Amino acid sequence: MDTTHQHNGSTLTFPHGIHPDDNKGYTQALPIERMPFSDDYILPLSQHIGAPSKAIVTKGQQVKRGQMIAEPGGFVSVALHAPVDGTVTDIGLYPGQNGQENLSVRIKTDHFSSQQFEPVKVPDYRQMDLPEFIRHVQNSGLVGLGGAAFPAHVKFSIPEGKRCRYLMVNGCECEPFLTSDDRLMIEYGEDLVNGMMILNHFLGAEKIYIAVEQNKPEALANLRKIVKEGDLPMEVVALKTKYPQGAEKMMIKAILGLEVPSGKLPVDIDVLVSNVGSITALSQYFSTGMPLIERVITVSGSAINRPANVMVPLGTSIRELIDWCGGIKDGVTRVLFGGPMMGMVQKSINTPVVKGTSGILVLSDREVRDLNQYNCIRCGRCIDACPLYLNPCLLGLQAKKGLWEEMEENNIMDCFECASCSYVCPSSIPLVQSFRVAKGFLREKKTRDKETANG
Amino acid sequence: MADRKFPISTAPFLKGETTTPGIMLHVLLTLLPVVALAFYFFGLSALLLLMSTSLGCLLTEWFFNKNTTKKYSVWDGSALLTGVLLALTLPPGFPLWMAFLGGVVAIGMGKLIWGGLGQNIFNPALLGRAFLQAAFPTAITTWSEPNGRYLALRGTNLAPPLYGAENIEGITSATPLSKMKFDQVPTALHDLLWGNTGGSLGETCGVILLVIGIYLVVRKVINWRIPASVLLTVVVLSGIIYLINPGQYPSPLFMVFSGGLLLGTVYMATDPVTSPLSAKGLWVFGIGIGVLVVLIRIWGGLPEGVMYAILLMNAFTPLINRYIKIRTFGHKK
Repeated sequence: MDTTHQHNGSTLTFPHGIHPDDNKGYTQALPIERMPFSDDYILPLSQHIGAPSKAIVTKGQQVKRGQMIAEPGGFVSVALHAPVDGTVTDIGLYPGQNGQENLSVRIKTDHFSSQQFEPVKVPDYRQMDLPEFIRHVQNSGLVGLGGAAFPAHVKFSIPEGKRCRYLMVNGCECEPFLTSDDRLMIEYGEDLVNGMMILNHFLGAEKIYIAVEQNKPEALANLRKIVKEGDLPMEVVALKTKYPQGAEKMMIKAILGLEVPSGKLPVDIDVLVSNVGSITALSQYFSTGMPLIERVITVSGSAINRPANVMVPLGTSIRELIDWCGGIKDGVTRVLFGGPMMGMVQKSINTPVVKGTSGILVLSDREVRDLNQYNCIRCGRCIDACPLYLNPCLLGLQAKKGLWEEMEENNIMDCFECASCSYVCPSSIPLVQSFRVAKGFLREKKTRDKETANG
Repeated sequence: MADRKFPISTAPFLKGETTTPGIMLHVLLTLLPVVALAFYFFGLSALLLLMSTSLGCLLTEWFFNKNTTKKYSVWDGSALLTGVLLALTLPPGFPLWMAFLGGVVAIGMGKLIWGGLGQNIFNPALLGRAFLQAAFPTAITTWSEPNGRYLALRGTNLAPPLYGAENIEGITSATPLSKMKFDQVPTALHDLLWGNTGGSLGETCGVILLVIGIYLVVRKVINWRIPASVLLTVVVLSGIIYLINPGQYPSPLFMVFSGGLLLGTVYMATDPVTSPLSAKGLWVFGIGIGVLVVLIRIWGGLPEGVMYAILLMNAFTPLINRYIKIRTFGHKK
């Protein structure tokens, strides 16, 4: 199938969606900066989806920056590495972003060290076979850095009988405020395309796409220049600025016009999507041997004194990162990790940065407004917003009555909680909020039914 | 700061600007030209009728909700909108006390007994008018000619409550639709377009309603599928009938610009509460209205059928929503 013909005319996008103020002006023009090393790092052993990593260091042990401190706890699990030269002072329970105490490795920084990462010789990937590549990726600690933190090597292991015809890197970054991927594409463009070449050496896709929303003209220009100068077999596609363009399903729909069937993965329609940060980290690992020990985080919002894009070692205390960004202004109403549409609100900032931390937003009542709720007037704005063509209006009325089974019949389990419905609702009905409750209930019920069936 | 706690709630933390009272206000503002024209054609009578129905609506909304959690609902603009729309469907000489009663019924029976805003099956303004049509059939079909006497009252505006309007002499005339229906006398298209005809307060000038309708569609306040399907159906169906016997049946243009079709299509059929949710459902709904309007106007007992056409299709809306589903992304048809 030749799909290139679509890319010459109007800008690509998916049907429906919303146009929130992207608020990227706070940090879009700010180069990635580094913050000084802290005294203390706390590294939860479970920073990814799947089995927790298993600690392989002991209390009191000296560790080097980039040294593996925990090995994968299974196939769907990755390794964890020390972000600094220092000493392991504790392996114990520390509060995490999920609001619970998590088993973590605590490392005290060695202040006499230069903290220089000593490049390790990684074998040339061209000499590797696929299983060896997968093992390397797993041991580099790489996960999806878009926020989901799904182990990258699992995604790269194409199941038997499936193939990857289209490889896509997701540079949409459609969540308002966040600019970390944007900066990476501007400052680390070569690493990004190099990472794509490495990955495609093993996947052998027919077509490689780098998808970027139009509100990132500098990133688009930079990547186009690199691809053109290197005469690389990939296409940089500009997608319309629209939320949630960065959702995998929406991106595939925009570029290929294909729908990922309900309950299936992109690989079921021969597509693999990875995130800008992950691919850049992949490239860095194969060129210098540096595993995933740091990531770029956008610290932004109307209640932070100095918004910034910061390269932060994993395990850094959020409080120290916020202090590095000038601290919090008066009138703060919410602190959250991730973007304002799908981010997780935080009660405390005494938690560490983890692999999935894409942004830290400190919002005031400029963003967070308490609005009067009205009855649903069936205006249908939510229907025109939902990228999955669900009927949030009907689902909302059913959620209000607790009709979970009816909601399941109306495909509530397809909802990926992008929150477009809640954004547009003129009656300020907490639609997606009630859908999360319904989905949780239905998942629980499914597990319960399974247990009953198993006796 | 060490153990500072921040408030929590769940995403999203951004919110679009459009609010339900904002939508109501927007629609009300688009009605200003219609109200101004009603005043131009029917003078003080128009303003008094608007005040009577609005007062009936607002007082009813306030009285029944004042001791509930919805006590501020009187300010959300929807009751006022119902009041204004109801007045625009009434003849200029209509007794004010009847108009007030119509407002009470529109909100009380049209909206509140269903559970308030968004819960009703029928468009409240039209339900109020249907009540008036049933209760006072003579008064509601007594029309006066438009003219420029702003301060004069038409017909029996000041008839005391419970005093039959038919006993009062008024200057009566016929509407273009009744002239056509009962005497086969068509009205000049020019008069229809600019509103120089007898009729309800808001149904005289077709051009202005058409312009407002286009504005509302462009601003996405109303769904374009409803006016498109209603008008297309009326034009096509009445066009076929007209071609069969042009002497007996009215032309499609006459059908569109006479009576309450444009007012009903732009403001009542498009009521989101009482119209279907899906795109296909909206087409079914609109085509249904169009067919019913033509059937009632040409073969029914009444000269005008827009009100009953919309109310009937309102009744079908839950059924349409049940059977015409939207295909979910990633699912087969």
